[in-house]
Amino acid sequence: MRELTDRALNLAKVKGATYADMRIVRRDIRAITVKNGEVASLESYTTAGFGVRVVVDGAWGFASSARLEPREVDRVTALAVQIAKASALFKLEPVNLGEPVAHVGTYRTPVKIDPFSVPLEKTLELLLAADAAMRAVKGIVVAESSAAFIREEKTFANSEGAYIEQEIVETGGGLEALAVGNDDVQQRSYPNSFGRHQGTAGYELLEAMDLVGNAPRVAEEAVKLLTAPVCPSGVTTIILDATQLALQVHESCGHPIELDRVMGTEAAYAGTSFLTLDKLGTFRYGSPIVNITADATIPGGLGTFGYDDEGVEAQRTPIVREGIFVGYLTSRETAAKLGQRSNGTMRADGWNRIPIIRMTNINLEPGEWEFDDLIADTDDGIYMEMNKSWSIDDKRLNFQFGTEVAYQIKNGKMGQLYKNATYTGITPQFWAGCDAICNRNHWNVWGTPNCGKGQPPQTAHVGHGTAPARFRNVQVGVMKG
Amino acid sequence: MLGEKAFRKLADQVLAKSKADQTEVLLQAGDSALTRFANSYIHQNVAESDAAVRLRVVIGRRTGVATTNDLSAEGLERALETAMIVAGLQPENPNLPPMPGPQVVPQAVAFSEATANASPELRARAAGVFCTLAREKGLTAAGAFRTSLWEMGVANSLGHFVHSVGTVADVNTVIMSEDSSGYAEAAAVDVRHLDVEALAAEAVGKALRSRNPRPLPAGEYPVVLEAYATADIVSIMGYLAFSALAVQEGRSFMAGKFGQPIMSPAVSIWDDGLDPSGLPLPFDFEGVPKKRVDFIKDGVAIGVVHDSATALKEGVQSTGHSLPMPNPQGPFPLNMFMAGGTASAEQLIAGLDKGLLVTRFHYTVPVHPAKAVVTGMTRDGTFWVEKGEIAYPVKNLRFTESYLDAFNRVEAVGRETQLLVSRFEIGGVRVPAVRLAGFRFTGTTEF
Repeated sequence: MRELTDRALNLAKVKGATYADMRIVRRDIRAITVKNGEVASLESYTTAGFGVRVVVDGAWGFASSARLEPREVDRVTALAVQIAKASALFKLEPVNLGEPVAHVGTYRTPVKIDPFSVPLEKTLELLLAADAAMRAVKGIVVAESSAAFIREEKTFANSEGAYIEQEIVETGGGLEALAVGNDDVQQRSYPNSFGRHQGTAGYELLEAMDLVGNAPRVAEEAVKLLTAPVCPSGVTTIILDATQLALQVHESCGHPIELDRVMGTEAAYAGTSFLTLDKLGTFRYGSPIVNITADATIPGGLGTFGYDDEGVEAQRTPIVREGIFVGYLTSRETAAKLGQRSNGTMRADGWNRIPIIRMTNINLEPGEWEFDDLIADTDDGIYMEMNKSWSIDDKRLNFQFGTEVAYQIKNGKMGQLYKNATYTGITPQFWAGCDAICNRNHWNVWGTPNCGKGQPPQTAHVGHGTAPARFRNVQVGVMKG
Repeated sequence: MLGEKAFRKLADQVLAKSKADQTEVLLQAGDSALTRFANSYIHQNVAESDAAVRLRVVIGRRTGVATTNDLSAEGLERALETAMIVAGLQPENPNLPPMPGPQVVPQAVAFSEATANASPELRARAAGVFCTLAREKGLTAAGAFRTSLWEMGVANSLGHFVHSVGTVADVNTVIMSEDSSGYAEAAAVDVRHLDVEALAAEAVGKALRSRNPRPLPAGEYPVVLEAYATADIVSIMGYLAFSALAVQEGRSFMAGKFGQPIMSPAVSIWDDGLDPSGLPLPFDFEGVPKKRVDFIKDGVAIGVVHDSATALKEGVQSTGHSLPMPNPQGPFPLNMFMAGGTASAEQLIAGLDKGLLVTRFHYTVPVHPAKAVVTGMTRDGTFWVEKGEIAYPVKNLRFTESYLDAFNRVEAVGRETQLLVSRFEIGGVRVPAVRLAGFRFTGTTEF
């Protein structure tokens, strides 16, 4: 690879680039979906290529190709330079990347069982068994079980001397049961909704999920929801399970702390952020028990890696400390504008995309409560579990989430099952109402393998460490009937 | 781009090597470039070139699939071998449809030389139009201008061979002041048909008009939805309800309603992959030619799209709407249209005694998919209208509404339609603005 990266970086320099980097990426994906007793898809997917990113005349250019051969490297590098020169026609100020980044190193996801070494038959058997267990429950119309394994090998080199090789391995899996009846459709998922839970881990993660053991419960709960009453509306106390809270953190904290959004460079698509620069270090984001950290080093997290796609090492960064907003996710360019050094969050969705600021593992640090004590301590409220719908405005203030299930909490006990539960709020007001967070016994890093951002669109794999937590004075229920 | 000749050679090579009962080679390739601007300057500027083949083999009633963008002889051989291994591991699928045999596929007008040859300088100059006008007005511009060349081919061992190339040019912009924003978006096969000056003026005008927005309480209000918002409704309906699989699984609002009125008589929605006023695609991912499918005609539920699997189940023909087979998602409409009406943009607003003009929706997600209940925000220009005239801008609102119920309340349909890239980033949607008797807003925000 060195020969090709040297070739691109030297050519870029000859053609006038003041900075250049090259990424060579190969991604292998094996994805299996079993639906209603049939293997709905079983795919082996390989994509490989390279991308060259340059700064010429103070402006950015990027070009990429699937053909990793010397002549194509020359063509793509020259195209990246031509594109950068076109960018320079409408630039504001020259790109400043701050201090050089010249790491040389390697990183490999530690795995106990390489998922690509496990015979496919074994995974198929597991998914078919889970599928059969769901369909054995009367009322289930669609049962879907899935697993995915990803290996990404990437080489990064830049004109400042960095040369990094990484291998990131991911494993994911999950169940979904859809019940139809009573003029209604209801779903339950496990261990997380929207297909699967995922982590940087080996096959051991899938085994630990016990999909088959959980399948009957998931299906039975979906059927029970058909006849459950709709969650009542009103302002009340809610307790969110860890999976729903992971998405709450994702949408209302993870995205607004992306410094590119704050600086306006995502305005046309995803939007901007209410966490403007004047708020750094002073703004009360949440109650004093709210501590949020961005941590790309945590073992197993879906947002865990060795180096980001600018060659910056993975880091752990405080974001909210005792309720006060104290940090952004940054790139070299955006950090330099604040007089800071990048905290290593630039990642690209493959060889044909540029790196942009992405969440790593954005974690709500654990509190002190046992879950049972938290329920027992709640006189009147609603417990909500697992995301069903999500939406938030383009500054990340007004949000609305729906969950698959909800239970009434009365006098410290869980009671009536409810369907179609939703809650809504304004981000800092919501987090100000957080008065209890469960402890590390209930804390897990949940994977979100479908975070969309950028033009052209990119999908990032990110994580969120959360434990169940309680929020006061929340508006619940906006749906009719 | 590979080209038809090279694809035929590659496909012949794979088909000759394959020992499967049936083999399919699906080519998806493209050259795409996108120039992105924000804070009134170009901050990202990218290009990509890729070609991948997806090999599907059928052994008895077992299917195996492997995809690779390594198109060398060794790469293709490895992928074929993987697909064969995968097929061998699968249980038999008694409902497996056969691959389509040879059939005539009509041509679609989907290619523009100007788009295919668009240069970085052309895209930069287009971005510059937005940046310059915004700066002149004391505003900031953000957006993206993209030109793409796509190539798709399907060849199978039953002798079916189709190949097509096309182009898409699309642009979107958000123009902002400190307390307001405006939006414009357009798509075309031919990049020369994108009127960037007019789009810049539209977004700048809206950003200026939406300054100093006032708060408005949540509630049900009559609305005029611009085409950008209508596109969201039509696209989400396509995703939730206009697929035969959604009907077969009982999760579509079309299930059990065919032949019955389910929307306002002013609403007609269909899919047509050959209509040159859209972003045409002549065949689907199995190589089956696209048929026009009416979903809603004068408010009545008419039909849904099929792939070979859903068609086999009902004993009908595929309508040419498969995604790469097999898949759990089912067929999908990629070229949707909603019929224009008779009202001008001014007449739509003039018909509002009191209500809202909504430029577009943001972050819309189904809350209750079977009833098409969706939540989302308004964005980039929301206005209070009184006595048929825009009175003042308002802060953005959250809605939670059944799109099906909303389209039962259509009072008037705009005569102009706009072509936009689908929110799913593949295919297009051409829709008008509409006026609805009511739309349910359930929350407010701070800007």
